[in-house]
Parts: sequence; structure tokens; C-alpha cells
Amino acid sequence: MIRSRPPALRLLTLHLPMLLIVAFALGPWLWMLVTSLTPQEQLFTTGPSLADATAANYERLFRTVGFGRNLVDSAIVAGGTVIVGLTLSVTAAYAFSRFRFPGRRLLMLQFLLINMFPIVLLILPLFVLMRTLGILNTHVALIVANATVAIPFAIWMMTSYINAIPTELEEAAMTDGCTRLGALVRVILPLCAPGIVATGIYIFITAWNEYLYALTLGGNNVRPITVAIQTLIGEYQVQWGLLTAGGIVGALPATVLFLIVQKRLISGLTQGAVKG
Amino acid sequence: MSRSAPLAARVLPYALLSPAVVVTLAIVFFPMLQAAWMSLHELILFRPNVMPFVWLDNFAAAFSDEVFWISLRHTGIWIGLTVPLQLLLGLATALLLNRPFWWRPLARALIIIPWALPSVVIALMWSWIYDSNYGALNDFLLRMDILQRSVPWLADPDTALYAIILTLTWQGFPFFAVMILAGLQAIPESYYEAAAIDGAGPWRQFWHITLPGIAGVLVTAILLRVIWVANSIDVIFVMTGGGPGYATYTLPLYAFLKARTNLDYGYGSALAVLFTVMLMAVVVLYLRRTARAVAQ
Repeated sequence: MIRSRPPALRLLTLHLPMLLIVAFALGPWLWMLVTSLTPQEQLFTTGPSLADATAANYERLFRTVGFGRNLVDSAIVAGGTVIVGLTLSVTAAYAFSRFRFPGRRLLMLQFLLINMFPIVLLILPLFVLMRTLGILNTHVALIVANATVAIPFAIWMMTSYINAIPTELEEAAMTDGCTRLGALVRVILPLCAPGIVATGIYIFITAWNEYLYALTLGGNNVRPITVAIQTLIGEYQVQWGLLTAGGIVGALPATVLFLIVQKRLISGLTQGAVKG
Repeated sequence: MSRSAPLAARVLPYALLSPAVVVTLAIVFFPMLQAAWMSLHELILFRPNVMPFVWLDNFAAAFSDEVFWISLRHTGIWIGLTVPLQLLLGLATALLLNRPFWWRPLARALIIIPWALPSVVIALMWSWIYDSNYGALNDFLLRMDILQRSVPWLADPDTALYAIILTLTWQGFPFFAVMILAGLQAIPESYYEAAAIDGAGPWRQFWHITLPGIAGVLVTAILLRVIWVANSIDVIFVMTGGGPGYATYTLPLYAFLKARTNLDYGYGSALAVLFTVMLMAVVVLYLRRTARAVAQ
């Protein structure tokens, strides 16, 4: 692989195909961006272009459609899911990483299994249950629903992060008089803080992007951004300038966060797959 | 003293696990049992007080329901096309990204964008691309003289399912690329050097070193992706809602729509249970692979 090839061949077998794939990956998003910056009238005459770029669609989005409240709903649900997911999974991940006990493998696989269940199988009974409990159309309902995905995911990620921390460190803390839980809080947690942050951000993104639970369990009361965008599609069918502006705004937080943590996240996600 | 310490040590892991286990029992396993229970009843939500137990009637109804078979066939096409397409594109991407070039970090970051977007936004922007009057796809194909007149991609029963499959291919190929790239980077460089000395060309190196080297990752990624793609209904739901007619119904979407539009939670649950049972075959394969990795 070290031998050098003629530049023309490199262009043809490497740069060009790579460029095509990047264009395919990025094209639809860029097209959406350009459309959202084009004046509405111009879309049906000359088509999307940046010649008369305008922020009019974005202004209209926040003024008349009122996207602000939806962003708040999304933030509450996603933030709540992060808190629930992380707090419940830290101790569990520690147990999986540091102890060998009967039932460990079964319990670990159980958490993996949860993520494989079809969302339809959960969404129907959750709707009926939450209706009975009277928590339908609340933020709590959406946080609980999103936690079904977040908890098992967080446990698996955190287990792999804690596995990477040498046991000698907490053993040293324990001989110095720390209890096990003390060692967990004072040694393990600070050391895997970057992992916790990455996991939290990934949970945030997933909950932010989630749509079916939000649609079914949020009702008219709690309407995260994904539901708002879908409603836009129904209401402003042909006003693509407004619609694409909604799409750009709705996708922005998750996209930015994803680009920030992608490296750490991907190493955590792929570790298991490469080993297995 | 000497007896209580080991007991505490033995109980500790379970105590640490109990919050997560209790919560998942309550919000995942209990609802799932509820779904199975619901599937044995006639449960229509606007008739709340009548909920007769009907044994396996819902399941029998499914097997004689034409839409069930249509949905099942579409699920087959859906998985059978989407996963291989994602895999091929992901493999090509990973092979390119595994070679050094100056803008590789940038390319690797940009490739991931489709993966990070909300599926509603994905559905929105592809609906715009497929738009029959002003969509970019029609515009492009007309200009290239490939088409004589615009095709309503999502409104035509013959093209709708395939249009959505292309969308899902776009959404999912970065996952394969990232997984396969990690696998490629785990292959020692010395294997290639040795093969080059023995006179093996790029093709033989690919077949005898690269492919066996990433086989494990490939199988894991394919299994994960089959499960994921099979379950994924949000993009279809937003783009076509299953239509036109039943042209883009898949089995989980049918279950969801039964409950959502007809409020028929009994039949919907039965369809969901049937789908889950079929999917379990793939899930079990995946779990068996992972169980080996967890055992240590």
C-alpha cells in the first residue's frame, strides 16, 4: 500500500469516487439549505439558487409558525432523557465491568435485546398504559419512552468506557480507605467523564431526532420539533422555502453535536463490533 | 464479620444493577407482555369498556388478510434491497477512506451527516427532491434527456417503494462505512506487505486479506442493520404514510397504522407480535455472536 501511484490514477481511483460519495452524502442537505435561503416566489420560477439569498423563510418560521415552543419541548424531552439514561446506567455499567457474578451475561444480553425490539411493539402498549396512568401528553411520557432506548445504549457504552480504566486505580483508592462506591465516584467517574459526555450527547441527539413516540404520546400538548416539522409538511404543502427552513433548524442542534463528538462516539460504537 | 463481608460483596453487583433492571422491566418488558396480552383481545380504543378475549382470532385474521401479505412482501423487498445497497456503498466508502489522502479527515466527518439528521428532516428533504413538479431529481433527469416527462416518484405505486429505499440507503450507508473502516484499520499492514512481496495484486489482496479481515465486522453490521432497517418506519410514515394505496406498507408500518388510524389496538398488537417473532430469528443470530464477546 506504500508504493506510489501516478497522480492521474490516484485522481481517478481515489479523489473522484470519494468526491462523488461525499457529494451524495451532503447533496440533499445542501439542496435543502439552498432552498431555504431562496425567496418563496422564486422557487417555482427559476428554482433554488443563492443569487438573491434571503432569511425571509427563517423569519416567517419563527414569527408565524412559532417554532420557539417546539424547540423548548425538544430540549426538555432530550435533556430529561439524558439525565434518566445516565443516572440509571452508571452503576449498572460499573457492575458489569468490575464484577463477575451469576447471571451477568444474561443481564447484559437482556439490555442488548431491548434495543432490538421493534418500536411498534412498545409504542402500542405504552400508549394504552400511559393513557391509563394519565401521563399521556406530558414531557414525562416522552422521557420514559425515550429512556427505553437510552438506558440500554448508555449501559453498553459506559461498560466499554469503564473497561478501559485499569482496576489498579480504584484498588489503590480502596486500600487508602475509600469504599467501593467512594472509589466509583472519586476515581472512575472523573476518569470516564469524556465517555459520559459522549454518551450523554448521543442520547440527546437520539431523543432530539425521535419522532414516532413524540407523535403518539405527546398529543397536542407536548410537540417536539420533529412533530412540528411533520405538521408543517401537512399544512404548508408546497411552501418548500418554509419547510426546508424548518428542516435546517430542526436538524441543526443534533448535527452540530454529532460533528463535535463523532470521533469518541465512533470508537465506542465500533469497539464491540470489531472485537466480536 | 467474616461471613457478612463476602455476602455484601456478592449482593453488591445486583444492588448496583437493580435501578436499571427495575426500570427496564417496568417500561420495556411489562409493556411487551401487555402487547402480547392485547393481541389476544378485541381492543378498539373508542370502545373502551368492551374488551373480549378472542384467543388467536387476530392472528388468524392476519393470515387471511391480503394487506398483511402485501406488507410482508414489501418488508422483504425493503430489507433485501436496502441493506445490500447500504453495505456496498458503505464498503466502497470505507475502502476509499482507508487510504491516505490530504482531505481524508474532512471526508470522514462529512460522510456521517446523513446519520445525524432526524428522520423527519430526511423524509422532508427527499420529498422535496422527489417532488413531481419542481423536484431536483426530475429536473436533473429531464435536462439529461433520461426522462421525457416528470415522474411523480412518491405518488406512483410502481416507484414509491424504491424511492424510499434510495432514501434509506442514503441514511444508513455511513453506519456501514464507519463500522467497516474500523475493521479495515484493525488489519495489520504487514499482511499486505507480505502479500505484495509474494506478488499478489490489489484484487487478490482484497479477496485474501481484506475480505477475511473484515468478515466479522461485516456479519455484525449486517445483522444490526437488518434489524434496524426492518424496524424503521418513521421515514416511510412521513414520506408516503404507506401510500399510494398499499404501495409502501411494511409490516411494522401496517401495525402502527392499524392502531393509529383505526384505533384497532388488538389487531395492531397482533401484527406487531407477528413481526417481532419473525425478526427474532435475526436477533438471536446477533445475540449469539455478541454473547461470545461478553463471556470474558
